[in-house]
Amino acid sequence: MTSRTLYVMAAACAAAFIAPVSTLAAQTVAITGGKVYPVSGPPIENGTVLIKDGKIVAVGANITVPADAEKVDASGKWVTPGLVDAETQLGLVEVGFGAGANESRARSEQGITPDFTSWDGLNPRSVLIPPAREEGVTSVMSTPGGGLIAGQAAMIDLFGDTRAEMILRAPAAMIASIGDEGGDGAPAKGQQIAKLREILQDTRYYQKHVAEFDRGQSRQMPLNPGSLAALVPVLEGKVPLLINADQASDIQSAIDLAKEFGIKVIIGGGEEAWEVADRLAAAKIPVLAGAESNIPSSFSTLGARQDNVALLRKAGVEVALIGNGAGDESLFNVRNIRYEAGNAVGYGLSWNDALKAITQAPAEIFGVADKIGTLQAGHEANVVVWDGDPFEFATRAVAVYVHGKKQNDVSRQDLLTKRYEQLPPSYGKP
Amino acid sequence: MLALALAITVAGCAKQAPATQAPTPARAAPTTAGSSDSTPAATYGPGALSVPNADPYPSTYKPFPSKPTLIENVTIFTAVGPRIVNGALLMKDNKIAAVGKGADDPAIKQAEGGEAPVVIDGAGKFVTPGIIDVHSHLGVYPAPAVESNSDGNELVNPVTPYVWAEHSIWPQDPQFPRNLAGGVTTLQVLPGSGNLFGGRSAILKVVPARTVQGMKFPGAKYGLKMACGENPKRVYGNRGGPQTRMGNMAGYRAEWIKAEAYRRKWDAWLKTRKGEPPTRDLGLETLAEVLRGNILPQMHCYRADEMAQVIDMSHEFGYKVRAFHHGVEAYKIADLLAKEGIGAAVWADWGDFKMEALDAVRANMALLWKAGVKVMIHSDDPSGSQRLNQEVAKAMAAGRAIGLNITEEDAVKWMTINPAWALDLDSKIGSIETGKDADVVLWSGDPFSVYTHTEKVWIDGALLYDRSDPKAQWRSDFELGFVPDETTGGTQR
Repeated sequence: MTSRTLYVMAAACAAAFIAPVSTLAAQTVAITGGKVYPVSGPPIENGTVLIKDGKIVAVGANITVPADAEKVDASGKWVTPGLVDAETQLGLVEVGFGAGANESRARSEQGITPDFTSWDGLNPRSVLIPPAREEGVTSVMSTPGGGLIAGQAAMIDLFGDTRAEMILRAPAAMIASIGDEGGDGAPAKGQQIAKLREILQDTRYYQKHVAEFDRGQSRQMPLNPGSLAALVPVLEGKVPLLINADQASDIQSAIDLAKEFGIKVIIGGGEEAWEVADRLAAAKIPVLAGAESNIPSSFSTLGARQDNVALLRKAGVEVALIGNGAGDESLFNVRNIRYEAGNAVGYGLSWNDALKAITQAPAEIFGVADKIGTLQAGHEANVVVWDGDPFEFATRAVAVYVHGKKQNDVSRQDLLTKRYEQLPPSYGKP
Repeated sequence: MLALALAITVAGCAKQAPATQAPTPARAAPTTAGSSDSTPAATYGPGALSVPNADPYPSTYKPFPSKPTLIENVTIFTAVGPRIVNGALLMKDNKIAAVGKGADDPAIKQAEGGEAPVVIDGAGKFVTPGIIDVHSHLGVYPAPAVESNSDGNELVNPVTPYVWAEHSIWPQDPQFPRNLAGGVTTLQVLPGSGNLFGGRSAILKVVPARTVQGMKFPGAKYGLKMACGENPKRVYGNRGGPQTRMGNMAGYRAEWIKAEAYRRKWDAWLKTRKGEPPTRDLGLETLAEVLRGNILPQMHCYRADEMAQVIDMSHEFGYKVRAFHHGVEAYKIADLLAKEGIGAAVWADWGDFKMEALDAVRANMALLWKAGVKVMIHSDDPSGSQRLNQEVAKAMAAGRAIGLNITEEDAVKWMTINPAWALDLDSKIGSIETGKDADVVLWSGDPFSVYTHTEKVWIDGALLYDRSDPKAQWRSDFELGFVPDETTGGTQR
């Protein structure tokens, strides 16, 4: 048997496990006895989370559990909303490089592709989804990358086997970058910022003259009408512009841009954001940042420090945590977002704010707080039961529910581990 | 001037070289016939000869000033035995002077004497040996990671055993102080993995110094960086090869053949020292030292099948791989690695970033441990290196999740005594035992909790990092004026 055949078999096997079991029958589940962290309110000792037909119907200390409910005893356990990672490439990238399995980048000469709807290439059967989900991550932003404007990102639930089932909101953000983040020999920052301004001005013109564009009677624009149309919701404040920027001066440019055009801006990366924390707070601009960066790895991140997030919170900035420590945290190790939260606590963020930064905050920032991010009646039943503090390495997710369905993931990594637990491995055994 | 330089070099050699083969001393110069003036006879320096264990760039490291220090009421992970609860540890004269159950332990009392020690109450805290990272690129890929600072991969030829990492290392890399703050006290800095033979590694104590010589671990053996798989293929596939994995293997073998001939020629000459010495070749000299067992091969390899090929090649040419680095598939051949006595330096959970990293599993370390392999965490990363305790915590949890009974005592070894072994320094560092270098970390709590910090780090008994005293923390030259000074709590750079 060739190794290729083996691989194909393993992949096929994994896919069989990955497909979620969908049951049509109405289902009521009561998770009882645990310490419940709704995030939207204070923790509830001996609380109950009642789930019906995929939604949360009640959360509290004195909930009457219907007789037909499936009861899940969570005594001694911790119950939280499913975790949310605000910046990943899940579903878009299968292997980092050298495998042609990357759907996160649009091709263009100038690196400006606002019309790129990245989720059209989303793969619900990515083998990278189960490892994240089995450790409690139930929703992620799946974002395109590269260039000045990379395209549009979707907020997805790690649920289902079609895009329609997964997508919570699309577009949830337009992705842009200023500075070194632009990469690929990015032009001078002044040029990048001027270009962003020009594009937004052109979008404003387009917005007012759509009819002429439709008739082909408008002046020529550097961007095609499809790209300009994609930017209209940004100008209207319906879709936020996520600007990846690290250097304090570039973050200031983003603040200025938000004010000039009256648009919603989110800062991504933001390694020096703490230096302009007060101004970010005043402008109500949220920041997506990690808790493990402290290396002046470029001249745009000289001020990187691990208490960045804590300092931002202290100033009143809304923050969501993203993985930016070592090790593929946008793909293979999306599951590590809970350790990012733990490290943030180690560097001064309160425990409650850290949990919020990987649940409610990203849901609010990307406009899906009415569906996910907290344990509240009416929300999607994305719920995780932990056998301890979710931020600790020793803790495991003992049950993960997405849309009210218990996930029984067996990841490709689990299959490999199982195969090699005993040596020599059990090749060929039925 | 020349004579002075020669004298210093020779003194360094004599002091540093291990005693397996006597290094060449200043030797009788060939007489200059007919010379009658007072000019000293022309000599050839040690650089003219390919001598086993030569040490032409010797360490100038000296321990920093220290005071006798007693940590008491502390939980000690010694890395060689069970934890000591309410333990006490005395550091004195750069060494671990005593380890005991408490400050009143006879062993401690006996080792005290002379200057009264600084006493630290370790209630609720933990002590471990200093962390050792066997796969670092600090100094050769410093921060800021700009093109001008990129000194880790000599990508001009797939075979560059002639380069030495220490000739690239920038001691002002601001990543060094961050590593120290993460409890790392010894580093192996390796050249990059673009080449089949990447060059010699440097073993460093993580201390402030103006020169790399001031950081070099006295008496440490060199390592040889070699790389399998995708990287050499990718770099050289369109530049004359190797273009394939079989090309990689052919490339190593061709070089070992040359190295063996070189070793024989030199060893024959060194026996008699008669006649014209053979011409030195820097690359073959490094490889000959591997064949003599004086340099330890540290082999970057992801896939199990490739590791097995490399093991056969080591038998073919008669050398021993010290450790496979990265080894994301090492768990698939844990039995083979255990049988061969080859170490595995791995990540806790990196994977998927390229095809050869596809089969990474988080139980890798645990499965290797179970098979009896000398397993160790490594970083290959300036950020991960600062949190190797956390990486070990993840790996331990992954093992427990599949039912393996791994204790914290076992896991501590993965970041201390096992990497010390990979560098052949386990007689000097890597455990809390009397007589060893006092490379010690005091943790605010259990080192395997995400909330725990290093509080203090000692190297050779000298307190070099103290979290409670930002003013005393090491800042590299680069940081001055560029990096906001946290001691001011503001944005002042």
